[in-house]
Amino acid sequence: MKEVKNILLVGVGGQGIILASKILSQGLISAGYDVKMSEVHGMAQRGGSVTTQVRFGKKVYSPIIGKGQADIVVSFEKMETLRWLDHLKKNGKIVVNDYEIPSAPILVGDAKYPQNLIDILKEKADTTVFKAAEIAKELGNIKTMNVVMLGALTKAMGLTDVDWETIVRSNVKEKFVDMNINALRKGMEQVK
Amino acid sequence: MKKFLTGNEAVARGAYEAGVTFASAYPGTPSTEILENIAPYKEYMYSEWAPNEKVALETAIGASIAGARALAAMKHVGVNVAADPLFTYSYTGVNGGLVLVSADDPGMHSSQNEQDNRYYAKFSKVAMVEPSDSQEAKDFVKTALEISEKYDTPVLLRLTTRICHSKTLVELGEREEVGIKTYKKNIPKYVATPANARVLHIKVEERLKQLEKFSNETDLNKIEWNDSKIGIVTSGIAYQYAKEVFGDDASYLKLGFTHPLPMKKIKEFADKVEILYVIEELEPYMEEQMKAAGIKCIGKESIPRIGELNPDIIAKAILNEERPIIEYSEDEIVGRPPTLCAGCPHRGFFYMLSKKKNVMITGDIGCYTLGSAQPLSSMDTCICMGASVSAGHGAQKAFEFNKVDKKVIGVIGDSTFFHSGITGLMDIVYNKGNAVTVILDNRITGMTGHQENPGTGYTLQGEKTHAINIPMLCEAIGVKNENIFVINPLNLDACNKAIDDALSREEPAVIITEWPCVLKKLSTEDIEKFGKGKRMICKVDEEKCKACRICTKTGCPAISFDKKAKINEDMCVGCDVCLQACPFDAIIKVGE
Ligand code: SF4
Ligand code: SF4
Repeated sequence: MKEVKNILLVGVGGQGIILASKILSQGLISAGYDVKMSEVHGMAQRGGSVTTQVRFGKKVYSPIIGKGQADIVVSFEKMETLRWLDHLKKNGKIVVNDYEIPSAPILVGDAKYPQNLIDILKEKADTTVFKAAEIAKELGNIKTMNVVMLGALTKAMGLTDVDWETIVRSNVKEKFVDMNINALRKGMEQVK
Repeated sequence: MKKFLTGNEAVARGAYEAGVTFASAYPGTPSTEILENIAPYKEYMYSEWAPNEKVALETAIGASIAGARALAAMKHVGVNVAADPLFTYSYTGVNGGLVLVSADDPGMHSSQNEQDNRYYAKFSKVAMVEPSDSQEAKDFVKTALEISEKYDTPVLLRLTTRICHSKTLVELGEREEVGIKTYKKNIPKYVATPANARVLHIKVEERLKQLEKFSNETDLNKIEWNDSKIGIVTSGIAYQYAKEVFGDDASYLKLGFTHPLPMKKIKEFADKVEILYVIEELEPYMEEQMKAAGIKCIGKESIPRIGELNPDIIAKAILNEERPIIEYSEDEIVGRPPTLCAGCPHRGFFYMLSKKKNVMITGDIGCYTLGSAQPLSSMDTCICMGASVSAGHGAQKAFEFNKVDKKVIGVIGDSTFFHSGITGLMDIVYNKGNAVTVILDNRITGMTGHQENPGTGYTLQGEKTHAINIPMLCEAIGVKNENIFVINPLNLDACNKAIDDALSREEPAVIITEWPCVLKKLSTEDIEKFGKGKRMICKVDEEKCKACRICTKTGCPAISFDKKAKINEDMCVGCDVCLQACPFDAIIKVGE
């Protein structure tokens, strides 16, 4: 169990989290790991909170990550980081996209989007913040946000010996390949 | 070759490799992707969506009697619908092998209850297998079919959400063509009249004995010896969780074949360990039988029977271990409930419905169940698929009989109407009911991710087919033409008028709202009928906005409010519902 690494990807339905997790898993498999990935379906896709969990190591049993167990939480939407913070290990890392998607209670004025989120996160854990949505928009399509995030994640995890570009290439449509490769590189540049 | 597959994808692959040639299902989370992944094997297997699970199983039974290896798939609650044929096919037995996949949903990720369908195997006296990852999900399909044919029994393949929707590595195999078995007319076997069935029941009990022998011998049920201080009997995903927690510090009896249970093997295992735990998700299915057989074990005393299991729960329950977690204040986090999409055609209708006073709204299972959420809150009940119409009828009769002045409106989707709403509507017509039935026809099965149904004009395998005309169907079962209102749900006045009209009728009335789901890939027929979809979107004129917040009551996720209303231009599809709702003409159309 000790050698198993846990990655939690969190965000909102429609942000491309499942595709990012798929690419991530393929990369880890190509590096020779046993990998298990758990995804959410059903109700949660209609604008709800979404998470996928990727576990890898020599031998993985459970496909799910428990509380206090994630080595890294990769968050596609700011507030979702907080929702899943109890899953992060005490000395785990956070990679967060500085991007807000207000949920239904916020939209109708019943609640307020939490303030100073980034400060709270930084206080709790080693947090890397960047604006994946802006980077993606600059590259020409906000939809590549997920690949920007993926780039940042692989760098933050130190998974640099995998040929991510080839894997990204085989997972996106021909005409979006260049844009996504750029997104991947830009994402990697965000993490020192 | 190894592939990274979900349990559902693996079951589909298993069906392909095992020589299955017939598969049927009704979509339902977490089982939907099984048939979606079988469909591409068109050349090898015929597959279809059935209008409901009973039909799915019955067609598979027909194929099995004809001699083909057959598979039917459904979610746990679907097996309730299919239970009738299941219990009798258990008596007759099979010709070609038959697998019934039940995808249970512990934790209710997207279901109305968390029933444990392992009891169905025991109740209906059929064999059962329980895979614990995708590799086994694939392999067990083949094993199940072999067991089915050898022991003349249908086999229940029981999955759970975590198996269905987790990806693990799977070693692929080749397809083995088993062809079709000869069909021979056999009345005593396949005609379950009382006289025949009495004989068949004796065979079923005999079969159970043989199956128990098999259960004790097969290596689907295997012991992993480590330390003998702790012994664990487990099955399905619970095996993985137990391994995660105990690793090599305990011995395991991992059960892959779980009905009938291998009681002899369990006893032998129990005798050799100091403490015996039964780790299973949901109900004490194995524990009860073990305790009845006099085996001392610890099960639900420590492992909860409510909700989805995970390694943390096991570690805490048995080892009293808890991981340190980061403390933070949860008050900061705002909920993120699922919502009807921006531009969802159900929204306009629900918005107008939410304004009606003195009505009870009986709802159903589908995207539109979300109409029960704030701010629309337009639903009083949701029981099971089809119950909107029939429960609505019952409620209306009860109100009438007891002189309560209240009207009932039953709301159901197109796919759901075909599934089992139509029988309720027949009941209304036949029994002179007066509840209003609303069929929200978004031209697709929305909730499960866009599966074709008898109203869409296409089959699962992508062929064009006859599309059932819902208004004509309603008329055919006896709803008068003048009591059928077909409207565009994006037109609020039309919704309002139709609701009032329908409520005023003394006879059965039906409102059909027709507009494609906003996420649907439009078919050529859709484009002909509904147009291509406009590029224009809505925008708030801040000068005119009086901050009354009425537009936010429509529940569109594209509309937010901060001193004035605001529309998110990335999300808005220009359905105009908010524009019609705004009493101050503050919402305008922009774009091409
Ligand atoms: S309904 Fe019209 S006036 Fe009222 S808040 Fe919305 S845009 Fe403003
Ligand atoms: S027109 Fe109004 S109701 Fe329709 S999608 Fe746009 S914001 Fe939502």
